Amino acid sequence: MYKYNDFDEAFVRSRVAQFRGQVERRIDGSLTEDEFKPLRLMNGLYLQLHAYMLRVAVPYGTLNSAQMRQLAYIADKWDKGYGHFTTRQNIQYNWPKLQDVPDMLEALADVEMHAIQTSGNTIRNVTADHFAGAAADEIEDPRAIAELLRQWSTDHPEFQFLPRKFKIAVTGAAEDRAVTKAHDIGLRMVRNDAGEPGFEVIVGGGLGRTPMVGKVLRDFLPKADLLPYCEAIVSVYNLLGRRDNKYKARIKITVHENGLEKIQELVEDRFTTIRAGFSGHDQELLSEIETAFAPPAFAAKPTDGYEAARLANPAFRSWTDTNLSEHKADGYAIVSISIKKHGATPGDATSDQMRVMAELAEKYGHNELRISHEQNVILPHVHKSDLAKVYAALREADLATANIGLVSDIIACPGMDYCALATARSIPIAQEIATRFDELKIEHDIGQLKIKISGCINACGHHHVGHIGILGLDRAGVENYQITLGGDGTQTTSIGERAGPGFSAEEIVPAIERLVTGYLDLRDSPAETFLQTYRRLGMEPFKAILYPAEDKANAA
Amino acid sequence: MARSFTPKVVTANALLEGDAVWLTEDNTWTRDIREAELITDEAHGDLRLLEAQARADEIAGAYLADAKSGEDGPEPTHFREAFRTRGPSNYHHGKQAG
Repeated sequence: MYKYNDFDEAFVRSRVAQFRGQVERRIDGSLTEDEFKPLRLMNGLYLQLHAYMLRVAVPYGTLNSAQMRQLAYIADKWDKGYGHFTTRQNIQYNWPKLQDVPDMLEALADVEMHAIQTSGNTIRNVTADHFAGAAADEIEDPRAIAELLRQWSTDHPEFQFLPRKFKIAVTGAAEDRAVTKAHDIGLRMVRNDAGEPGFEVIVGGGLGRTPMVGKVLRDFLPKADLLPYCEAIVSVYNLLGRRDNKYKARIKITVHENGLEKIQELVEDRFTTIRAGFSGHDQELLSEIETAFAPPAFAAKPTDGYEAARLANPAFRSWTDTNLSEHKADGYAIVSISIKKHGATPGDATSDQMRVMAELAEKYGHNELRISHEQNVILPHVHKSDLAKVYAALREADLATANIGLVSDIIACPGMDYCALATARSIPIAQEIATRFDELKIEHDIGQLKIKISGCINACGHHHVGHIGILGLDRAGVENYQITLGGDGTQTTSIGERAGPGFSAEEIVPAIERLVTGYLDLRDSPAETFLQTYRRLGMEPFKAILYPAEDKANAA
Repeated sequence: MARSFTPKVVTANALLEGDAVWLTEDNTWTRDIREAELITDEAHGDLRLLEAQARADEIAGAYLADAKSGEDGPEPTHFREAFRTRGPSNYHHGKQAG
């Protein structure tokens, strides 16, 4: 993992000291809220419905055990003993007090973490494939590039006041687990004809009120050109992006309004102008960073006992079926720890659970953890001979739910239980859906199904790319939930289509149950996933299931 | 005809804790909406909001929220404002925890 150098350390500490002064001046009344707000947002501090909220960056979703323990310590000391992992691989604390936040930031700096640029119209935390460095289908570990982008974008003087926020995602694998096509810039590592690694550069993707699938700006960008090329894109956007209307300010609108060709032309021009200024220092830095992300020393040892344990323990077997992914090293597996126990809040982990995960990473996982955009925690490198022990420890900590990728592995934003922007609640809907399908005991029969819930049109819960998306709205003073179908956040990204009129909070869970059990009758075999069935049959049969009375009326 | 004015309360977030507070008739901030001043006159409401906003070292983000007269004092009329009187629905945290 990357270690802070003296510059990083001094920079983060100085930002903490600055913010400490700003908080003092806010509390003694010398700064108004209008003056203070941009300063607190630069440091990840929001004011929500019931309290402040501190959003801490987990750079490209990577943590070591000491960092996870510190997150637990912060939760206990200054919050209510838990943290919320988000769809941008960050962690949020929901109950900090204003006067404590500088101390929280100081405690983060102690483990090389911060909350800088987790808000505001800046380049946000760069997200990455949560299986980075471990996935069997990976060209290279994308985290070195992500760290290079982090260093470049942090406090970049040209990009502190962009028209709107700017999100970059990067993956080194064929399977897109980083939703790269729904980001302002998506970077997918590919090889050219000569076999050299480089990037497919995708631009102008995004969810929110105007969802757009990103478009390919460059089929193949040599690795060495990445930083100047990204700088050219953001630079063009900084001048061209609209500042007159917040809802038209994201780069997806800039690309849409100006056309891909014009953006391409401007970016290539700008790139030509600035390329020479990148005289190789960035490449020296990158090779240093790459050294820091060298793979751990994987053990070559027998996986004895793993198969026997699977045979002996059906619960363990079920967990290994759903929560493991293929690792690039022989004898290893990637473990996804579900933070989605049926009925619990998606993405919330208690401080005790954080400490258990930290300990498991230290003992069995080469000291590494990842946060996924699907709000789960990953142990990327576990030897198969240790899996039974890991499972037993997770079970003790209530972390052994075998539901990764299934109907109860739901993404949900905080919604109106916390968020000041929300128009309806998300968490209770997620809790009820998971509880209901657990009662029905059919989620393993249903198979791969992604439900994603947002509590407002800003789409933090990624509902547009859920196989089933749920969007909570305020309809005449009552919570109302719209369903979209057929969304997909992988390399075959598509935006879900709205099924029809929304459902009340009481109707939405039965509607989802009807939809999913209806799919079981529609699929051509148990191997056909919900998304595949939808793509084969289209909206109509699903609509008929969702709105049975209307269907009869139309037929009459 | 001019649109009718629906009763309001002045509400904000406390500066240090960030929790919901409401302005009372005697110019204090209360954690309990039932103790808030229920404003039935639009001009008075605008004035009270200005006064609230001037108290920068006590609160943040003051605004006028719809409310109605209840048995024990003002009550919220919209679910968002009702949540602000209680706290989140997934944990027993916030005001509902006392």
